Amino acid sequence: MWRFLMTVIRRDLLLAARRKGDWLTAQFFFIMVVSMFPLGIGADPEQLRRVAGGVLWVAALLASLLSLARLYADDHRDGSLEQMLLSPQPTVLLALGKAIAHWLIFGLPLLLIAPLLGMQFALPLEAILVLVASLAIGTPVLSLLGGIGAALTLGLRGGGTLLTLLILPLYVPALIFGAGAVDGVLAGMGAEAQLSLLGAFMGMSLLIAPWVTAAALRVSVD
Amino acid sequence: MNLYHYAAPAAFYGLAGRLIPWFAWGAALFAAAGLYISFFVAPTDFQQGEAYRIIFIHVPAAWMSMFIYMVMAFWCAIGLAFNTRLSFLMARALAPTGALFCFLALWTGALWGKPMWGAWWVWDARLTSELILLFLYVGIMALWAAIDDPKRGDRAGALLILVGAINVPIIYFSVKWWNTLHQGSSINLMQAPSMAATMLIGMLVMAIAAWLYTIAVALVRARGLVLARERHTEWVQKIIKEA
Repeated sequence: MWRFLMTVIRRDLLLAARRKGDWLTAQFFFIMVVSMFPLGIGADPEQLRRVAGGVLWVAALLASLLSLARLYADDHRDGSLEQMLLSPQPTVLLALGKAIAHWLIFGLPLLLIAPLLGMQFALPLEAILVLVASLAIGTPVLSLLGGIGAALTLGLRGGGTLLTLLILPLYVPALIFGAGAVDGVLAGMGAEAQLSLLGAFMGMSLLIAPWVTAAALRVSVD
Repeated sequence: MNLYHYAAPAAFYGLAGRLIPWFAWGAALFAAAGLYISFFVAPTDFQQGEAYRIIFIHVPAAWMSMFIYMVMAFWCAIGLAFNTRLSFLMARALAPTGALFCFLALWTGALWGKPMWGAWWVWDARLTSELILLFLYVGIMALWAAIDDPKRGDRAGALLILVGAINVPIIYFSVKWWNTLHQGSSINLMQAPSMAATMLIGMLVMAIAAWLYTIAVALVRARGLVLARERHTEWVQKIIKEA
């Protein structure tokens, strides 16, 4: 079981390493969306600081949707997904492994970029630390819940746009707690409450999302 | 009477056809009575004046929008557990009405908000979660629209509805939390003062009308879906020939 999980993760990481352009797109999308905001709303540091948490989080949601659209699509197209579903290994582990791999490829680099963007938005150091912490706890939620959407929209026309419609409403709690944590620090109220709630939401997604994704995969590939 | 008998599409089609007039007329009668109470019997509110009367539409619509989502989740769970095709059709038949009530609740909320709060839209916790509920309805209907294969559509929609049903309380809680942090205590909205009995009765009568209306249109829609799904069977062909 453990070995199967590791195999799934390693396979996806290997594929990503061979096709760097694919996953870098989402990261640059994230940077660009965030950079558009000062151009749109003005470069007043006070104002930027106030919107930083929300802007970075919304950009992270959108960037995750961009990369999730292809989470299962490539494997579906070349038929390997069907083979994996036929294998005696539990589909739940496949879904979990895919989500973990997606987080390693998408979420982890985001954590490295976020402090730089936080500085651009004139965030103080402690707010940047909380921002990174909130993204560290929150981006797994995006990979897990997004996996459900990716599995449901497998092979449909307009899959990417549809994925956005399905999954964005489900992301709302992650956005509120994540961006709220940054705001909490800035307001001097601390971020423990929001980060704890975000952690609880992540734990729940971890328990539920792989099962639903597995069921959705079976529905879609059937 | 064996209830399972009516899980068969042909039997359901007949039963629904007989029930629809009852529910439709019931809805019309209750709506007429409810509107009469709301406009002529219920007293003018001493704080809000006549504008408060929109709640006789607003509150039942908001109730129904949430309740219909729960009913859809119920039918989807039944459908996934027992593999009953009709359950998925019920969910499909209910969704447009749920979205309609969601929209009505937001629309009437805006109409009420303008004279009360001085703004068409306030990011109040209830309004915001109602808006996100509308997004969920839209997402579900978009998924159904994108999937051509009926069986896959049924099951994919059911999974999404169930995930949404788990998530709805969390969304509501998070929005409320967000609202209290951002809004401060500037205005304490919707603090319903003790309501006159006639107001409550008017609201309940309107709520019953909304229920009956929902059942009637859902059955009409489910009948249509049954016909479309079963169009190759003998009994549907017979109905088509007779018509």
